[in-house]
Formats: sequence, C-alpha cells, structure tokens
Amino acid sequence: MAIIERPSATPATAGAGAPTFVPPSQAMGIFHRPVATTGWKSWLFTVDHKKIGIMYGVAAFAFFLVGGLEALLIRTQLAAPDNTVLSAGLYNQMFTMHGTTMIFLFVMPMISALANYFIPLQIGARDVAFPRFNALSFWCFLFGGIFLNTSWFLGGAADGGWFMYQPNASNLFSPSHGVDFWALGVQITGIASLTGAINLIVTIINMRAPGMTLWKMPMYTWMILVTQFLLVFAVPVISVALFLLTFQRSFGGQFFNVDAGADPLLWQHLFWIFGHPEVYILIMPSFGIASEIIPVFSRKPLFGYKVMALSGAVIAFVGFGVWAHHMFASGLGPVSVAVFSASTMIIAIPTGVKIINWTLTMWGGKIRYTAAMIFILGMIVQFVIGGLSGVTHAVSPSDTQQTDTYYIVAHFHYVIFGGAVFGIFAAFYFWWPKMFGRMLDERLGKWNFWLMAIGMNLTFGPMHMIGLQGQPRRMVVWPSKLTGDGLFNLGFWNRVASVGSYMIGIGVIVFLVNIYRTHRKSNTASLAPLDPWDARSLEWMTANPPKDHNFDAIPTVHELDEFFHRKYEEVDTEHGPKLVKTTTAEALLAEQEANADEHIHMPSPSYWPILLAFTLPVISYGIIFSIPLAALGGALLLVCAFGWALEPSTAPESDFDPPAEAGPSKELEHVG
Amino acid sequence: MADVAVHTDHAAPDGHAAVGHAAMHTTIPGLSNNKLGMWLFLGSDCLLFGGLISVYMLYRGRNGTGPGPDALWDIPLTSVSSFVLLMSSLTMVLAVSAAHRDEDAKAQTWLSVTALLGSTFVGAQVYEFTSFYHEGLGYTTSLFSSSFYSLTGFHGVHVTVGVIMLLTLVAMVSKNKIPGQKAEAIEMVGLYWHFVDVVWIVIFTLVYLIPT
Repeated sequence: MAIIERPSATPATAGAGAPTFVPPSQAMGIFHRPVATTGWKSWLFTVDHKKIGIMYGVAAFAFFLVGGLEALLIRTQLAAPDNTVLSAGLYNQMFTMHGTTMIFLFVMPMISALANYFIPLQIGARDVAFPRFNALSFWCFLFGGIFLNTSWFLGGAADGGWFMYQPNASNLFSPSHGVDFWALGVQITGIASLTGAINLIVTIINMRAPGMTLWKMPMYTWMILVTQFLLVFAVPVISVALFLLTFQRSFGGQFFNVDAGADPLLWQHLFWIFGHPEVYILIMPSFGIASEIIPVFSRKPLFGYKVMALSGAVIAFVGFGVWAHHMFASGLGPVSVAVFSASTMIIAIPTGVKIINWTLTMWGGKIRYTAAMIFILGMIVQFVIGGLSGVTHAVSPSDTQQTDTYYIVAHFHYVIFGGAVFGIFAAFYFWWPKMFGRMLDERLGKWNFWLMAIGMNLTFGPMHMIGLQGQPRRMVVWPSKLTGDGLFNLGFWNRVASVGSYMIGIGVIVFLVNIYRTHRKSNTASLAPLDPWDARSLEWMTANPPKDHNFDAIPTVHELDEFFHRKYEEVDTEHGPKLVKTTTAEALLAEQEANADEHIHMPSPSYWPILLAFTLPVISYGIIFSIPLAALGGALLLVCAFGWALEPSTAPESDFDPPAEAGPSKELEHVG
Repeated sequence: MADVAVHTDHAAPDGHAAVGHAAMHTTIPGLSNNKLGMWLFLGSDCLLFGGLISVYMLYRGRNGTGPGPDALWDIPLTSVSSFVLLMSSLTMVLAVSAAHRDEDAKAQTWLSVTALLGSTFVGAQVYEFTSFYHEGLGYTTSLFSSSFYSLTGFHGVHVTVGVIMLLTLVAMVSKNKIPGQKAEAIEMVGLYWHFVDVVWIVIFTLVYLIPT
C-alpha cells in the first residue's frame, strides 16, 4: 500500500472506469480503519513512518538502558578478584542478555528508527511502501523484546551467550526456559527485521522523488539499502537455526543431539552465516550517517561518492563469505581456514577505502566541531582501532591465540560500541532538530561525547592487554592469585575497565539530562532554526518537525545534495569559481508551500499491525508453557491475517483536506 | 497478498502525480511495490529452504537405529503427488491469464482447481507422514527423521498457506471485493504458488530421487 492517492468519486480517476477496480473504502472489512490523529490511539494504530520511527527510537533506547545496566553489573562483578556480586548462573544470564539486548533490541531497532524516519524524507517520499507492514515491524520488535525480557521473571533468562552454541544450550546443560524464550523472542524480532527490510528496499527502489537516480541518492540511503539486502538474506538463516533450536528443545528434535550423531558445527555454521552479515548490518548504517555528517560539517561534498557506495556494496557481498572466521578454533581444516582468512582480509580493503574517503572529505574543509561531528570523529578513530584488531583475527594462527579471550571482547566493542553506537549518537545530535524541532545542547553534547569516548577507551582498551595475557571471556571471576604485577597487572586493568564502564554510564545520563533540558517548555533557546547545520540533503527541505505528509510538493531532484544546490550557486570571482548562498531554507520551504500539491491522501491508521504482532508472543508463551495456548494464538493470528487482508485500504475521513461540505463524520467523532 | 491496495499513485491524472511524470519513468523501475516486495520475500524464503535443505543433506544418512530413507520411500506415490503439485502451477497460470482478461468466472474456476490440486498434495503428504510414522519414523527417532519432517513439514505449511490464500481469493473475487487491481492480487498469489512448486522440485530431487 503506497501513499494512497485515493481516487475521487468521479469515474475518470477511478482507474478510468476499468471494470476491475473497486474503490478501496468499499472493500470489505471487519473494522473501519481508525482515524485518530491525537492521543494514544494515534500512536498505537499509526502507520506514519515518523511516528513509528520515534516509537522505535524510544523503545530501543529503553532497551539500551536495560542492556547498559546488565553491562554495569558484569563490570561490577569483575571489578575485584573473586567477587560475589553475581552468582555464576546469573552472570551467564547477564552476559547473554547483555549481548542479545544490545544487538537485537538496541542497535538494530535504533537503525530501524533512524531509517524509518529519514529514508522517506531523504528520497522525497511521503511514507514507506507498506505503511501497515512498517507498523507490524515495530510491534513485532517491541513485543519480541518484552517477551524475551519476561524470561527474567519466569525461571531465568537464557545463559548460553548471544551465539547460543549447541549442544551447550541444549536442555541438558541449560534446563531453564531461558533458551526457549531466547529462541522464540529473537525469532519474533527477526520477523520485524525481515518485514522492515523488504519495506525499506521497496521504498528506496520504487518511491524516490522524480529525478533522484541511484547515483543521486544520499549516502545514508545507499548504506541503508545495502543493509536491508543483507537482512533479507541473513535473517532467514538465523530463522532456520532458531526453528531447529525450538523444535529440539520443545518437541524433541534431534538436530544438535551429539549422542544421536549430530554435528555440533551445524549450529555454528547456521549462526555465523547470519552472524557475520549481522555485524555489517550493525555498522553499515553508521557508515552512512558518517557520510552525511562529515560533508555537512566540513562544507565539502563527500569525496569519492560512487566509490563510497560501491565499497559499501562490496563489504556487504564479501561479508557473506567470511563467516567461518568465527570458527577458526573449531578444527575446520587448513583449506577452509585459509580461504576464510583471505576473504576476511579482503574486507579490510573496501573498509579502508571508506576511512580514506572520509578523511579526504575533511581534508581542506572548513570543519565545525559540533557534537555530531566529534561523535563521528570518535567513531572513525575507534572503528579503525577495532578494524585493526579485526585484521589480527583474520590471521588464523594469531586468532587461535585470541579466541575466547578478552582481546575478542575488546575488538567487537571497539567496532560495535565505538563504531556503530557512536554513529547513532552522532545521528541523534545531527537529526534531533529535524525530528523534534529543538536542538540538543552542544555543550552537554560535548560532555556526553568525552565521557563516553574516554569511558569506552578505558573500558575496552585494557581488554586488549588482559586478553593477550590470557584472561578468558565469560568467566564469572578472575582469581587474585593470577593478578600479576607490572604493566600487565590483571587486577589493575580489570578495575580500570570497570571505572571506564561507569564513565560510559555517566555519559549516557548526561545525554538523558540533555534531552530533558532541551525539551523543557521554558527553554526557548533550544528551538531549532529550519536549517541549523546548513545541510545538504532533502530531509532538511521540510518543516521542523516535518508535516504529516512530509513535503507540500514533492521536489524534483537534479543534483546529488539537492538541497545544498538549491541554496548555493556557483559565481565566478577573480579567485576562480566560488559557491555563494543565494537563498535560505525558509525561502525554499515557502516556495514549496506556495506550490503545494492538492489532494494529498495519507494512508489511514490500522488496528491490525498491533493486533497481529500481539498474537506472536501468545503463540510463543504457548509453545513454552501450554500447547492449547499456542493453538489459540495461532487461531488469533489467522483471524488477524484475514482482518488485515480484508481491511478497507483507506478511511474516507482521513483525507488531508476533506471537502468543506463533508466535514468530519459522526464516525470520526466516535472513533477518534 | 495482504496489501493489495490501490496502486494508482503515479498514474492518477490529478494532483501532483502528473508533475514530473516523465522523470518518474527514468528513475523508477517497472515493478509495482507489491510485486517487488513479493519477489524480495521469495528471495528471502529461498534462504530459509536453503538452510533446511542443508540440514537435511547433512543428516540424511544418519538414521541411527530407526528406519532410513531407502526403507521408507514410496516413489510412485510421491511422484504422483509431485505431478499433481506441478500441474497446479499450470492451472495457476491459467487463473492469472483469465484474470488479466477480466474473465472472473474462469479465474475463479482455475483458482479453485489450483486449490484442489494443492490440497491433494497436502493430503498425500499427510498420508505419507502417517504411514512413515507407523513404520517407526517418529519426529524424534533420529537426526534423519527430525530433519526430514522439518524440511517437508515447512514446505507443507507453505502449500497450506497457499491453499488458504487461493480459497480467500476465490471468495473475494466472487464478492467483487478486491481493492485495486484484481489481476495483480491473483498474480501475487501466483508468484508465491510457483515458488512453492519450484522448491518442491528441488526437495523431491534431493530428498527422494538421490539414493543415500
């Protein structure tokens, strides 16, 4: 269901009187579509990509705080030798849920939040291709995440690590329901990722503004497109693995039963065929964010635009051929190890290209060190450190030494926290004025950055050392007799890491304080100008925050960085050609308003996405606790699917500009 | 098939849609949103079956003390049910073709026949599973049995979902209640149906025809 240009009653627009056409509001349906535009109903049943984006963001950030608390508990436990803050069992649950929460419930949905909000704006569209599926994605993610976390109160959370290796996570070694919750919860969030990915790909391919060819798309849109293709092909593989795990644990399937002759490497292969593309799914959107922010704050176009896009695509493509480097220690044999070693090193090339292009974009530019920009600079430095330690894993003899030590923990936190999450925070500072019409405080933003950056390097930097010293991952204690002395003092560096983690926590609190202060009603200084950064891409050619329908008139695109080129013109001076600002964002917006499209019809809200998503945790609880409940959930799912399919595709009342004589009907008052 | 909604956006002669209409054609490829979305879903589903087939191929010889494939397969029966499923692709094509010519009655007939053939296939699968079970092949018997039932079971569920969609289409066509382009709605289910058939060709070859 695209943006609905709902045909008017005249037959001329109703598909030219074609006999196959049924006006959408006359299609059969069980409920009328809801029409509320304010209040909680307008959020619960919304299909608006901006509202869904904000809900995604709020929910993902809440899970970020949960995952962060889990991390702080882990670091508290490891701050002293032979510590007893957490029991061994609880510690296992803590690191499992920390990893699972941060990856599936924070970084991925936060990427969806930003992509949902900004992709339609960046490509000059009024919504995504399938607005109801968009809502379904969000509710699946939220219900899946809540379902997963209820395991804490229903007998304990999963304790097999976020990779849930088999047969270690079989009923024999992990008898609680935690792993069952994990398998089903991640499965539900997988549905969210898959529908979201299909939605965004179709949106980007089919709904670009006129004139926006692939080579005129903003780099963020490019990177999101690449990421969504990764999701489309990586998610079904983890789905298979999770189905097998559920069937094994709940219905007695044999897949990972080594006694019956099962191959323990099967799980590892399935998991990492998903798991390695997954890490590019996590980092690539932040690459896109960097490619948006650096040109704006360097006042230069992105260096090597096409190479940037292609290197992203190459990373994604090769990223499907490197998964076994997670398994070098499992005895794959020399040929496999050599091949995966080489393919892993190849990935460093397109990644290096990106780093160099960002650097050359900044080179000679007029750099403004805003909070967004310094977050990106931090991201680049930290990602390079993480990338370099990544290359040391690609060398398999060296990897064999590092496997299962803190060196690995250091590596992936540098790329995921130092890279992906810093990019996400940069996006917060950069795009906040667009989303909420208010600017986050820059001074607090810099506090936020330095606390997080110093904290992050204090936490994960020493882990390189204690890892190479041999401290294993996932151990609940380190004994005092192994503390050591001198530079490689295990005890000292573990304490440093714990102190660093608290600094990160304070940095996040500063961010929350920043949000609170920015949004106080009395704070008029934070009200954002229309174009605070002198930005380049189409999302800034909308109101702050954008109207429901985004653009009064869909712009026709002539250039990469269309918005910038509308503001600036090249003028010949005695020193050669020079860009001169000839108009402002306000003027461009006023011009757009003056030429506004008539009859803009936005998709109507719907009850079905939230209802359908709600049946999935019902089925999942049923699989764990009572099969009749699962059957009931399945029946409800079928009802919801029919309700969805038979729903009238629009509510007549929700027109953007209803005819004056019609006015709001009784139904509108009743429902809204 | 859920989102067979109005697709007149860019074709609508009023409003903004006409603006830049020519430019639209240069940047946007010809597939509709629904069709492109369906193709992407099917691409993704390939990987789902790819995973399940890999698991089966890994475990097909590992039947432990339970019965193995060679002792169980009833090739003539499965060949006939496979033939029935393949013929349903033909009737699906006829249904789509009738829908494109706006011959509702014919489309309904062919959709019903497709659903009937699909149900026959599912019925044969249920019969096959039952007889395997009586020959001692439970879901938990061996690695082979778990992976066999999972793979063919997933396919059977796909066919069943397809049959439900076909029957729903028949009802919706008869009440003239399909919003938007009727032929496209039918074609979308058709894409799904052909995909399920193609997957069965792979499964039939790898699971039944290649001896262990």
